[in-house]
Order: sequence, then structure tokens, then C-alpha cells
Amino acid sequence: MTNPIIQATIEFLKAFWAPLLCGVAIVAVLPLIVGYIVLVERKLMADMQARLGPMRVGPHGLLQPIADAVKLLIKEDIIPDNADKLVFWLAPVLSVGAALLSLAGLAIGPAFQIAQDINIGILFVVGVSALGIFGIVLGGWASNSHYSLMGALRSSAQLVSYETAAGMALVSALLFTGTLNIKSIVEAQSNEGIWFVMLAPVAFFTYLVASIAETNRAPFDLPEAESELVAGYMTEFSGFRWSLYFLAEYANMIVVASVATTLFLGGWLRPFSKVHELPGFHLLNLLDFVPVLLMVAIGVYCLQRTPKQPTRVQQMFMFAVAGLCFVLGLVLLVPVVVPIAKPFYAGIHGGFWFILKVSLYIYFFMWLRFTIPRYRFDQLMRLGWHFLIPLSIVNVLLVGVALIAGSYFHLQGWGLLLVTTPAAIITLIVAFLILAIEKEHGAPQDQSAASDFYAG
Amino acid sequence: MGPQHPSTHGVLRVKLKLDGERVISSECIIGYLHRGVEKIAENRTYQQFAPYVDRMDYVAAVSSGLGYCEAVEKLLVVEAPPRARVIRTILTELQRIASHLLWLGTHALDIGALTPLFYCFREREEILKIFEKYCGARLTTHAFRIGGLQYEAYDTFEKDVERFCKDFESRIVEYEDLLTQNRIWIGRTKGVGILTAADAIAFGVTGPVLRASGVKWDIRKAAAYAAYDQYKFEIPVGTTGDTYDRYLVRNAAIASDLPPSHRKYSRRTNHGESRKGTEAATGRGLSCDRSAQGRNRLLRCERRHRHAVSRAHPAAFLHQFASVRPHGARTPGC
Repeated sequence: MTNPIIQATIEFLKAFWAPLLCGVAIVAVLPLIVGYIVLVERKLMADMQARLGPMRVGPHGLLQPIADAVKLLIKEDIIPDNADKLVFWLAPVLSVGAALLSLAGLAIGPAFQIAQDINIGILFVVGVSALGIFGIVLGGWASNSHYSLMGALRSSAQLVSYETAAGMALVSALLFTGTLNIKSIVEAQSNEGIWFVMLAPVAFFTYLVASIAETNRAPFDLPEAESELVAGYMTEFSGFRWSLYFLAEYANMIVVASVATTLFLGGWLRPFSKVHELPGFHLLNLLDFVPVLLMVAIGVYCLQRTPKQPTRVQQMFMFAVAGLCFVLGLVLLVPVVVPIAKPFYAGIHGGFWFILKVSLYIYFFMWLRFTIPRYRFDQLMRLGWHFLIPLSIVNVLLVGVALIAGSYFHLQGWGLLLVTTPAAIITLIVAFLILAIEKEHGAPQDQSAASDFYAG
Repeated sequence: MGPQHPSTHGVLRVKLKLDGERVISSECIIGYLHRGVEKIAENRTYQQFAPYVDRMDYVAAVSSGLGYCEAVEKLLVVEAPPRARVIRTILTELQRIASHLLWLGTHALDIGALTPLFYCFREREEILKIFEKYCGARLTTHAFRIGGLQYEAYDTFEKDVERFCKDFESRIVEYEDLLTQNRIWIGRTKGVGILTAADAIAFGVTGPVLRASGVKWDIRKAAAYAAYDQYKFEIPVGTTGDTYDRYLVRNAAIASDLPPSHRKYSRRTNHGESRKGTEAATGRGLSCDRSAQGRNRLLRCERRHRHAVSRAHPAAFLHQFASVRPHGARTPGC
């Protein structure tokens, strides 16, 4: 007979192998993903600013993230003399830990979820990702530097203010589903045949703004405003500690983008996903070939660029990237064409659509960052407390009323638009009203009210 | 805060008293930029000191050079020839645009807009290229000599400047699109740092800051120097004197610099002086050769002080005085 301990281990692995594997994969792969998100951001920034961006390491700077990671790892680790050593050590770990943990609750496809079927899914994700703020506050405090402390203060005040608006926005989307379970939320959108962004556009907008503020991105990047506070709470951190904060920030971006995708943009669902289940040929089902075409297009482009690379290594690298794209295209093609592979359709294509939506959401973040100047702190607080929070509360009420009306008239799916659109329009009117009142009172020039915002 | 701080554009130490995000009081500690230029000037001849002037404001070297040269010329009762004055005006106006562009880019960067900086530097680069072609230097140009110019304008000078002006007109629209109507930008700048006209005059403020406060005073018109009296241009004026007005005035200044420039060239080409003659006499003064090793500059022939004060000039003897200034003139301890 086998050892009971081994047996228990096997039992344990049987139940938990998939989450464990996913967990390890995420912890191992996430830094790489974040590295490439940073590269994409730099390339986008360069494109918008009429320059080239990183071009030195690898073809078109494709290996830049790896070079950066190596540089950060071998950099000298400096802890300031007056810093609180333990907290200084703990803070970035806390930050990155919270960000990674909240990733566990997310579902990339119907099958890809680490913490499977938590019935409070969204609450878990939002709650745990908000814990990351402790890392920022403690880091700013432990550094024992003016700039860091200011950054930490700003960050905490900002998170408290905007988490409320974001929560309210989430509530108005959750009203449609009646569940917090992430899988059920997406399934609800599948059943309704309409994404919640159509039903609750104001909530989506509120969440969009609030999530930018929560992740400390421009135009709300006051905690790390480089022209005011050097790097805010990260000022005294260097090398790998700093990169942990960086990792946490980008992981948080992925988290908020995923939450928005799940709640508002139909998660892993294809546009017009309901058509897929209908029998017979349907024109909209050609959408299934879009992922394949996209991959092939990228592959062809890479092949075209291959001969233009200056060195042989770079040519081979480009060739490999092209090959990878073709393989991915093939993988995406098989479930559509081959009848036996049909069961894998939801998993593979779901992953593609989910990642595409998350990328678009993050792209929007970046786009804003390069276009818009930064808010001043009191303006930021005023936007949060005087505009977003009232707006989101009104929105929740109106969406609730719309839902009651909808159930009274037995409206389903697209029909719900009949009641939610008036609700959205009324919310918009309220929004303009709030803005008008703001304008009438005018910006408080004496700024005497500004310091009170910390009380919030 | 400071002397080195996150938005250092020149070191300045500010003692701040904060209550949360609010600045309750501040005390500026100046002097970090003092380089003792005046002391250096005491021990140099007029010509020797000219390059130092470029270093006083290295983002507007041509302008400060012009100021210095004109001042010395006034002392010597010398006047630069008309053609030299026109070229001086063109170069100075280009420098003004470049300097304003640098200001706009960094100002936007401080408020958190990243992109305008690169757009501004893109255009500034074009101006610096013209400077480089003209005299070989980009920042500390030392473009003018007392009594004239360092070099005759190079062959394609007119064409380069005209092309720049044409491109630039459409580029200004880009900055306006990004900033002028932006809600956040207006929120950050409107009603901030108001300087009333009376205060501005009392503090002796000049230039765009004074004009933003609503005082219609432009030294280019009030006491026209170089060849400014030959051109017509608008003086943009602000109303409230806040940061937003200063931004608008500077932007308008950039834009209004263009039309007179256009006129300048046409005027210059029609000018009675024979270009052909100059070129036949001396050939090209300088050319840039950007070879693979970097930028090699080839001086094909000696510098031509064609327009500089000739030795036969009534004031020429002053030069000799200046160059053989006795050692006794030195201040002790230097």
C-alpha cells in the first residue's frame, strides 16, 4: 500500500493542480508580460511623440524588457539610513503580493481561473487589490523622505475617494446579474446577448475614470508626479524593490482592466456571441476568423520586416516571432474549422477576446497619459467627491428603477435598452446639472476648502 | 525644496511651509545661478567678452548676443550695416521662437503633459539646424560681432528659414489643439499666479510676462533696435496676468513672429546690396559636412568680417584701446 502522506498529496494535487499550475505560471510569466506592456507603452508614447522609442536591444527594441530586468536585478540595493528597515523591506512585497493575489480571482476564459468559482469573486478582486495601497502608504512612510510621504498621502486619499465611485459603478452593473461570481456575470451577459456597457454606459464611464485614478495613472498620477514629487512614494526605492512597485502598478492595471472587461465588456465573449450557438450558417459567425486573420497579418508583417534587420540574430528573432504568430493563428483556426476540436472553442477564442479587450482598455489608459496634463490635488478631490460619487449614486438608483420597470414589462436582452437608455440620459442630465452647480459656485480661489478633502 | 528639485530649470531653493497639499508660506533663496559674469567682464576686452554673453542665457544665446553687441556699438557710436541688421533680426526672431518653444515644452511637462515637449523640441531642432549651418554652433552661437556679423548668411539660408516658417504655421495648431482648450490645462493655469499690471511695472518685469499683465510694451517697438523698425507686427496682450494669459501671450508671440519674418526675406532679396558681388568676392564662408564619423566642419576660407567696422572707421582707434587695455585695469584679487 502506498504511504498515506503520498496518497494525501496526490488527492490534494488532484483537486488543486490546475490552480497551482496557473498560480506558478502567473507569478513566473507576469513580470515578462508587464515588461512587454511597458515596452508597448514606450513604443506607443514614442509613436505619438514623433520619435522611435527603444530600438537598440533586439529588433525594434523587442528585447528591451529583458535588458531592463537584468539591469534592475544587478543594481545596487540602497536602503536609506533613516528608513524603517523592516517596513521598507515589507512595503513593495505587500504591494506586489496584493496585486498578484487579486489576479487569482479573475477568469480569462470559462476554464482559466485560479481561484475557481469564488461566489464573491468581484468583491474578492476589488478588496484584495485595494490592499495594495498599504504597500504604497507604508513604503512612503518608511522612506523617511518628504517627497515619499507626500506621494503616499496623496495616494491613500485618492484611493479612498475613487474606490467609492468605482464600487458604486460596479454595483450598478451587478444589479443586472444578481451575483458576484465572475463566471456567472459573464454567463449572464451571454444569456442576455448584450454587454453591460450598453445597458449601463454611465457606470462604465465612472468605472473607467475611477480605475485610472485607482491605478495612479495620468491624469491622476499625482502620487508619483515626476515633475512635482520626483517619483512620489517610490523616490527612495531603487533596483529590484523599485521594480516590484512597478510590477504592482502594472499588475493593478491588468486587474482593473480585467474587472471592467468582465463586468462591462462581456469577459471572454465574442461580439454577438449568441449567434454562435444558433444552428446553421450565419454571416456574423465569420467573426470567428478575425483572430486568425489578425495573427496571420502580424506574422506576414514580421516576415516582411525580416530581411530588413541588420544582423543575422535579429533576422532569426523576427522570423521566430513570425512563426509564433502563425502557430497561434493555427491554434485559433482549428476550433473553428475542425468539428472534433469544437469543445476547445470557448477556451481558446475566449482567451483571445478577453486579452484583446483588456489590451484595448490598457491602450486607452496609455493614450490618456500621453495626451492630457495632470490634475491638481484639490481639483482631483473635487472631481471625485463633487462629481463622480454623486453621479454614480444617482446612476445606481436610476439603473435600479430601470430594472424594476424592465421586469414589469418583461423585457429581455436588447429590449432592456428601452428602459436603461432613458435612465442613462437622465443620469447625463444630472451630470450636467452637477457641473453647472460646480461652475456657479466657481473654483474656490481661497482654497480654504482644499485641506478638508483629507478628511474624506 | 531645492536647490535641485523635480522641476529644476535652473537651480532655486525654496523654503516651503506646507499644510497637507497647501503651501502656507514660502521663502526663495536665490543666487545659485550667480556665476560672477560681471567680474569676468571687468578683465576682458569687448570682443573677448562677447562669447560669455551667450552663456548667460544658453537657450537664447543669439538674443543676448544681440543685446550685448548693440550696447557696445552704442558706446562706440558705430552702426552695423543694414544688411547685417536684417540678418541679425532674422536670427534673433528665430531664437525667440526656439526659446519660447523650450519654455512651452517644459511648462507643459511640469503640468504633466508629456507630449508637447517632444513636438516643441522637434521644431526647435529645425531652428538649431539653421544656426548650426550659419555659424557651426547650436546653443552658444556667438553669432554676431561688434559692428556686424560673424559670417555672411549661407547660400540656402533664405530657403531654410522660409521652409521652417511654412512648416511651423501648421505645427502651432498642434500645440493649441493639445493645450489651449483642454479643461485640465485651463483648470491648472487659469487664475493661478496673478500678476497685476501695477505690480508688474513695480517689479520691473519685462517681456511676455509684462504683456500678459495687460501692459502693451514691447521693446522691439518702443525702442526699436536692429532692423525691427522696418517691420510691422502685432503685440499680443493679456488681460488678467495669470499663468494662462502668459501661456496665450507667448503662444501668440510665436505665431506673430512668423509673418514679419516672411516679409523680411522678400525684403532682403530685393535689397539693393548685391548678393552676387559678395559671393564672387569671397565664396562660401562655411559648410557643414556630416560624415560618418560625426560632424566635421570645414572652414573653406577665412572668416569674413565684411560688415565689421573697418580699420578706417572713425571709431576704429577704440578697438586698439580695447585690445591693449593696461593690466592696471584689473581689479585686485582676480
